[in-house]
Amino acid sequence: MFVPETLMAALTELDLEYQKARVDEEFQGELARLLREYCGRETPLYLAERLTEKLGGARIYLKREDLLHTGAHKINNALGQILLAKRLGKKRIIAETGAGQHGVATATVAARFGFECVIYMGAVDMKRQALNVARMRFLGAEVRAVTAGQATLKEAVNEAMRDWVTNVRDTHYILGSALGSHPFPMIVRDFHRVIGVEARRQILEREERLPDLLVACVGGGSNAIGLFHPFLQDESVKMVGVEAGGDGIVQGRHAARFQGGKLGVLQGTKTFLLADSDGQIELTHSVSAGLDYAAVGPEHAYYRELGRVDYVYATDGEALAGFQELSRVEGIIPALETSHAIAYVLKQAPKMKTDEIIIINCSGRGDKDVEQAAEYIYGKSDRLEE
Amino acid sequence: MSTTQNRIETTFENLKADGKKAFIAYVCAGDPTMDGTIEVVKGLDDAGVDIIELGLPFSDPLADGVVNQMAAQRALEAGATTAKVLELVREIRTFSSTPIVFFTYLNPIYTYGFRQFYLDAIAAGVDGILLLDLPPEEAVLNEELCGVSESLQQIRLVSPTTPASRIPSLVAQAQGFVYYVSREGVTGEQTTLSDTIASQVELIKSATKVPVAVGFGISTPEQARTVATMADAVVVGSAIVRLIADSGTGGDLRGSVGAFVKPLVDAVKSV
Repeated sequence: MFVPETLMAALTELDLEYQKARVDEEFQGELARLLREYCGRETPLYLAERLTEKLGGARIYLKREDLLHTGAHKINNALGQILLAKRLGKKRIIAETGAGQHGVATATVAARFGFECVIYMGAVDMKRQALNVARMRFLGAEVRAVTAGQATLKEAVNEAMRDWVTNVRDTHYILGSALGSHPFPMIVRDFHRVIGVEARRQILEREERLPDLLVACVGGGSNAIGLFHPFLQDESVKMVGVEAGGDGIVQGRHAARFQGGKLGVLQGTKTFLLADSDGQIELTHSVSAGLDYAAVGPEHAYYRELGRVDYVYATDGEALAGFQELSRVEGIIPALETSHAIAYVLKQAPKMKTDEIIIINCSGRGDKDVEQAAEYIYGKSDRLEE
Repeated sequence: MSTTQNRIETTFENLKADGKKAFIAYVCAGDPTMDGTIEVVKGLDDAGVDIIELGLPFSDPLADGVVNQMAAQRALEAGATTAKVLELVREIRTFSSTPIVFFTYLNPIYTYGFRQFYLDAIAAGVDGILLLDLPPEEAVLNEELCGVSESLQQIRLVSPTTPASRIPSLVAQAQGFVYYVSREGVTGEQTTLSDTIASQVELIKSATKVPVAVGFGISTPEQARTVATMADAVVVGSAIVRLIADSGTGGDLRGSVGAFVKPLVDAVKSV
């Protein structure tokens, strides 16, 4: 817990309450019911036949978190945490958001449970994810623009933490990724484990065997940890997290913490992050707002150290190619975050045998990215045509 | 390490003998420039400040309000580094013996290396350190610091949300002074004072003999005087930082800081 003293009591209280909720059948029952009836779980495990055929290697399955209510995996955690906030007797919800998916999920559950809701979002991200800003406002949330620094996810987290320090008695901070101070990384992971638990059962039913490879994009790393965690004991299952390579691994132009990053402490947690020789946090860049962040979830740093999970990166260009490929071949428009995982599979699947199995966490849908992707894809080709 | 008494302890002992309260000023090192900070420190000395809290700027100061955020940003843009801030303290020590407490966040220190940082800070003439995002639960794990932390005093924070049951363990190893954060929130000026200051300070004083300083949100001589009646020391930060921001790089920074801070010091000394 690397946080100001003002937050220590709240984090301790959250930890204690969560430990109770974790074993409370009523709590778990309500969560399961809402995940089913309100969010649309379980999500399908879909065999991407045409993509598999085209790549000519491993059989590729998509865990369809993009089909969940609000369009991404984020609602698993938002729902779990608002039930915790209710138990804690809090009246007000705050959250940070990068791509806006966590903000939309939080605004959604806040509306569902009648909480006041404030979402902090970098001004740059508000521009590139304008659709989600509108959705949050429709849902009754106040979206506050953060203009400090590079005005993306990291600054939004700073501002949310400042709000929390100020309003901690009546406010719960629904942190949106497997980040921040304990107990958040654990809570967020646990609420997303349902992804891997379902995927494991579904693949065993369908193929009567475990997959060979799990792939997920990693910003903070919540969708990845949700898919990976229930498979950790299955030694035959390889896992790859895909970070945002931005314009390539040049200082300030990417967000791949395991490429050129180092251990440090940021926003409550000790983990791998991008910082200069003085410990000042470096600028980051990614086409995807959700991966554009200087630190990675601490549990990912741990599994990398253990050698249990490998971490690679995809550049903006590779992710955009993945975005187009899945759209055209499978009729599924993925989020730009998810497209990083697709990009890796486009390279990796052909190298694998046809009887091997890959599961990709299709963590979100690309509706929010339509404008930005069009600008990248058609904007550039238009210029080429000139 | 050092057998000579720490400057912070000496300062509080002398004040106690005179029946006076301490005035602590916060400024950010390197804001607006390193040379500018030299002028600022001279102005603080002219005004009779007892202890200087020197911010070591960090890119992501999540416990700071916008005034101090902007100061850190100006300092970093003007080229402040950890090494240059240590050099700045060495230069201050050629003309000033006012106790200096570093006020910063964990990552710059972690990156520098804890033990090396402490040794270099002590050698430069720093007297204490306050790490905003390092609660004592985490600090005690830091075995690297054995043997050096007596010379660089560990300033502990207590907040209004700290449970009464937690205070004794928080202040058990307090050195120099205990910093009571007088309100829930980030640093910055406020028009009203919290009404729980007196009772919280009493609670802390029942658990430790170390002096108690109160800060966060105090900006006027009237507020400073009121707080001085309840605590051993009063901290003013953002109001001075704002003045520095408004003064810019030109003009008589020493004179304007001195003139602004003098009434604050006088208010505390009037108690």
